Amino acid sequence: MRTYLRRIVRANEFYLLLVIVALAVVIQARSGQFFTANNIVDIANAMVVPGIFAVGAFMVLVSGGIDVSFPALASLAVYATTRILVDAQWGGGIWLPFLLAIAIGGVLGAFNGLFASRFAVPVLIITLGTASVFSGIMQGVLGSVQIPNIPPAMSEFGRASLFVAKNPESGLTSNMPVSFLLLIAVVAGAFVLLRYTTFGRGIYALGGEESAASRAGFNVRRIKFWLYVIVGAVASIAGLVRTSMMDQMHPTNLLGLELMVIAAVVLGGTAITGGTGTLTGAMLGTLLIVIVQNSMILVGVPTFWQGFALGVLIIVGTGISAVQLTRRARSRSAALI
Amino acid sequence: MVNNVIAVRGVSKAFAGVQALDDVSLEIAPGEIHCLAGENGSGKSTLIKVISGVHSPDAGTVELGGEVFGRLSPMDAISHGVQVIYQDFSVFPNLSVMENLALTAELAQRRRFVNWRRMREVAAEAIAKINVNIDLDAKVGSLSVAQKQLVAIARALMSDAKLIIMDEPTTALTKREVTALFRIILDLKSRGIATLFVSHKLEEVFEISEKFTIIRNGKHVITCLPEDLDHKKFSFYMTGREFEGTRFSPELDATDPILEVSGLSAHGAFTDVGLSLRPGEILGITGLLGSGRTELALALFGALKVDAGEIRIDGKPVVLSGVRSAIAHGIGYVPEDRLTEGLFLERSIGSNIVIAEIDSFVSAGVLDQRRADVEAQRWIDELRIATPDADNAVSTLSGGNQQRIVLAKWLATNPRVLILNGPTVGVDIGSKHDIHRVLRDLAATGLAVIIISDDIPEVIQNCNRVLVMNAGRIVSELDPDRTSEADLAALMSEDVKPRQEES
Repeated sequence: MRTYLRRIVRANEFYLLLVIVALAVVIQARSGQFFTANNIVDIANAMVVPGIFAVGAFMVLVSGGIDVSFPALASLAVYATTRILVDAQWGGGIWLPFLLAIAIGGVLGAFNGLFASRFAVPVLIITLGTASVFSGIMQGVLGSVQIPNIPPAMSEFGRASLFVAKNPESGLTSNMPVSFLLLIAVVAGAFVLLRYTTFGRGIYALGGEESAASRAGFNVRRIKFWLYVIVGAVASIAGLVRTSMMDQMHPTNLLGLELMVIAAVVLGGTAITGGTGTLTGAMLGTLLIVIVQNSMILVGVPTFWQGFALGVLIIVGTGISAVQLTRRARSRSAALI
Repeated sequence: MVNNVIAVRGVSKAFAGVQALDDVSLEIAPGEIHCLAGENGSGKSTLIKVISGVHSPDAGTVELGGEVFGRLSPMDAISHGVQVIYQDFSVFPNLSVMENLALTAELAQRRRFVNWRRMREVAAEAIAKINVNIDLDAKVGSLSVAQKQLVAIARALMSDAKLIIMDEPTTALTKREVTALFRIILDLKSRGIATLFVSHKLEEVFEISEKFTIIRNGKHVITCLPEDLDHKKFSFYMTGREFEGTRFSPELDATDPILEVSGLSAHGAFTDVGLSLRPGEILGITGLLGSGRTELALALFGALKVDAGEIRIDGKPVVLSGVRSAIAHGIGYVPEDRLTEGLFLERSIGSNIVIAEIDSFVSAGVLDQRRADVEAQRWIDELRIATPDADNAVSTLSGGNQQRIVLAKWLATNPRVLILNGPTVGVDIGSKHDIHRVLRDLAATGLAVIIISDDIPEVIQNCNRVLVMNAGRIVSELDPDRTSEADLAALMSEDVKPRQEES
């Protein structure tokens, strides 16, 4: 029991949780608004899209790569989906948009996977390239414009709420979106995949030591390929959720989100060098960033300070893991003397 | 009845026209401890890859358990009980011991889902087989080198191994860890599991090996019993060169010591060290890993703060406040791990040589590249560094040549005292000999040299005095002419209370 406790206290996630709690208490003290039903629901609502993206970014980081193409990939997949369905005047259920977006996202992810598994080029470079290609196709070939009227099934899905939270004092209400369940499902699915399948353990093994992974009998190429297919599909889910919730297809809305998501995952203790990290950490990191973004307004901090605060968070968060890395390297070299 | 686990018969293999193996044969009986020796590039790794099914031979056969293979696949090799433990152990530093052990089995059974309880059982069983105690939940990255090796051995044994191939297994281990490893290997032997060591050092596995096979330039040289080998023969078989085993005797004029140290202490590293060094001498400092030998070297180079004591150069007390002040006082240091500490691997050979004296090629703030190039070329010629072009990256050179670059880099600062920490670690015999020759030549020109090494033959042959360190103190000063290797080894590993327990 005590070793269990010690393990918890030593875990990165524990400190992240402390930071989040401290931040919440400060915001509560300054505004009295943090621990209100509607604020909690607002934060949950804002978690959905970055949270789903974070799952994908997390898996790639664990495998030892950095994917920066997922917002462009999601935009293209969802734009194509919306365009097709709008042109076809689709009036049916939400299942088809999801199926289409996931399929297109998977195919686009397969491109990343093909390059990542065949060529010894850093994934960052590959995905920088594919990101440009994806947004190029969307803006050039498909001639992307804002699509104001998305298929009715998507609008309905975007408006659907599990429950409505009301702040008794201010009278403000917030909807808990159905898509929050989707976030939970994606996280749960990723958890099972990463922990209980040989494929998932292969992702960790790959991030730890690629040559050892192939010697142990993992099919490294196949794991990489399917990893990017899955990540593409996951990213498209997030993209479709965002479009549905905005009730319009805005082609460039997601672009630029990649850095914030990767930062959230790294803040959550995922090593940028691959191999280590937990989904819990990735979700806590996302939560922290979402809280910072959402709640600084509550405290009355001007919005332009958000970027500043985010930057500081990222530097401090990655700085801590960098310090840990160098300390570990130093203790290792000391052992060699 | 088959009386060998493996028989390699007349195997040849060429890569792009280069004959890596030429008609090599090797036979290992069950439970035999066999040593495959050869210099870097002799083809021993190619042979291992043929045995483990990674490369298929151009000619010849591999016989495993009586079954003859012309083309052997890795799966065939594994299913016939051949397991390779690579030098880097092929472990996952980010995963637990349990997963490192059990994942291979899960994969071998082609499972799609992992069961953590089953993995724990499998891992516990594997560790029990070699009778050691390792925390299954510990991350492998946090283990010591020896423990990582044990994990790799335990993993190799899981799949009903009959032959374990170990690539330079004792290079990074302390004496005690080597003893523990040998005990495990003898235990395997008693169960009929054969071991093949791959090595280029005689001392490394001499005491345990029952048979030696030596290859050179892809050709089989000799298979013999350990009784038939000594250092000289071993070196000859491996390199095809005769090395005269002459000992170093300095030409000492009655000069005053250049470097004197008295009462030097650094907390937790070494205590009350005194020594003196005259120009033209080669002083050996030896001791086990953790005896304080490296810390002492670093202190003499100004890279480690001392708490007490005095360092005198030419009789005048000096304070070495840092590396720069040590260089200014004419002290040079060639670090232990030449790859990570001493070189910019991706930069050119030339710029690596001149980097330590770069200031002297600068006039009016501008680097005189031509003069720097001339200087670099001078050292390349002087130290016989095998390169077609000084502009090539250092990483293109072999280990021995890299070591010479590190030497050149420090010699370029014209030091009067040169400290070398493990100058020939990981270097093959031929280059080792060349480095020793260079060091003797340097001493003859009046340079004072300190060799820090636990390579006993190295210090005995190349030093005119040897200081033995044990647990942070200098325990004796020896004359190598009157000291046997065994005596020196005994002094090094004499049981003095380990210093970790002092504080």
